[in-house]
Amino acid sequence: MKKYSVFAIAREAMRGHRGWEQQWTSPEPKAEYDVVIVGAGGHGLGTAYYLAKEHGITNVAVLEKGWLGGGNTGRNTTIIRSNYLYDESAGIYDHALKLWDGLSQDLNYNVMYSARGVMMLAHNVHDVQSLKRHVHANRLNGIDNEWLTPEQAKDYCPPLNISRDARYPVVGASLQRRGGTARHDAVAWGYARGASARGVHIIQNCEVTGIRRGPNGAVTGVETSRGFIGAKKIGVVAAGNTSVVMNMADVRMPLESYPLQALVSEPIKPVVPCVVMSNTVHAYISQSDKGELVIGAGTDQYYSYSQAGALHNLEHTLDAICEMFPVFTRMKMLRSWGGVVDVTPDRSPILAKTPVGGLYVNCGWGTGGFKATPGSAHVFAHTIARDEPHPINAPFTLDRFRTGRLIDEAAAAAVAH
Amino acid sequence: MLLIRCPYCEEERPEIEFRHAGEAHVARPTDIASISDEEFETFFFIRANTRGTVYERWRHVHGCARFFNAVRDSMSDRFIMTYKAGDPKPKKLPGV
Repeated sequence: MKKYSVFAIAREAMRGHRGWEQQWTSPEPKAEYDVVIVGAGGHGLGTAYYLAKEHGITNVAVLEKGWLGGGNTGRNTTIIRSNYLYDESAGIYDHALKLWDGLSQDLNYNVMYSARGVMMLAHNVHDVQSLKRHVHANRLNGIDNEWLTPEQAKDYCPPLNISRDARYPVVGASLQRRGGTARHDAVAWGYARGASARGVHIIQNCEVTGIRRGPNGAVTGVETSRGFIGAKKIGVVAAGNTSVVMNMADVRMPLESYPLQALVSEPIKPVVPCVVMSNTVHAYISQSDKGELVIGAGTDQYYSYSQAGALHNLEHTLDAICEMFPVFTRMKMLRSWGGVVDVTPDRSPILAKTPVGGLYVNCGWGTGGFKATPGSAHVFAHTIARDEPHPINAPFTLDRFRTGRLIDEAAAAAVAH
Repeated sequence: MLLIRCPYCEEERPEIEFRHAGEAHVARPTDIASISDEEFETFFFIRANTRGTVYERWRHVHGCARFFNAVRDSMSDRFIMTYKAGDPKPKKLPGV
């Protein structure tokens, strides 16, 4: 792998950019691997990267039925934050946030992590109480979060409407300054390049159609659209399709897959300097480096694998955006799209061993998995390599729905996130 | 937006008149206090989440307010049929 640097750019500029190499290779699948990862999104590719880099396991394949980073990694609104209420969530999301901070240097790939701040608006007494509780809980966990008056919120984000006459007036806000955004594609590409350079095979257009198990019940490999591939261990990181893949090993999951939509506007000059979220009117917005306003909607109400949602959901979100930012009422929207998100009953993820030997699962990130990509991949690689969870993901078991030890972020936020 | 046929009102109405109410034919155990943790997990948390033909409950909240069941393809979101609550799970689906 040739290192990217300012000197590399200068050198290639001098010779017509003919020396850039492919970022990752596309080898033919081998007969057997030590570890097969199902799903080449950010979490799956990151898992392969950390398996190779931190645990020395390089005989790894990442199988992807479509194209690399074409699922939720390429469909989300790229928001990064760690201001979750419970200690377990604070642990895993802030682990991710700390890794985001040095990820571009670690990967030698610019993931464009921008700590521009994530501001969450309060519109009523309940919001104030809930968000202040989050601020205090976060600070006890060593996570930065602070309370802003409406005037301070407007100072931080000038186009925000803080009029008392608004239908849902802004009465305060919490601000996590380390939160922000990153470039979603670059995360997948950077991990793919780093993993491929360490010997990991990335195999696209290879759909897993079955999981083969030996006489003792443990996995022996996967049936795919490109034939059988042996595997000592299998890590399922298939997001919205996790239930489908896990059923192949007779494991039924506490998951429901919902459509989640997002949209972007035409590009405009910089106007929104941070991420603004509101759980009450349910909208979130940031501005990409290209200048598009990136806007996320809520999930549709029914489960679906169609990667498409209903227009009335987008209308509802845009109503909220125009309420918060009247300056955008005449903006034109450019594109909208949908993804399939796997939602757990307590809205916390599952990163765990399963009842099947050699089978591991990383799923249930619901509507907010992108922010966790590096942390999730890092501890999931540990779980696969050592056959035991990292202390950070130890609470995120599959059997917590039997034992009752839920991590109830659904109740904490009163919204899927 | 989905168009959904309410089997009580006997007409197709837009999705915003309805609330999705989860997987259908998940029977609540008759003696729920005596079941094991595994049985409770299966009843309360585990879901089929099928990629393909799904059986689900809807409620016509802004109409007759009654619950009913529907069969839908979760890949195309096309409704195959709807039927009244309490009717048995259809063995044969129209057009399938």
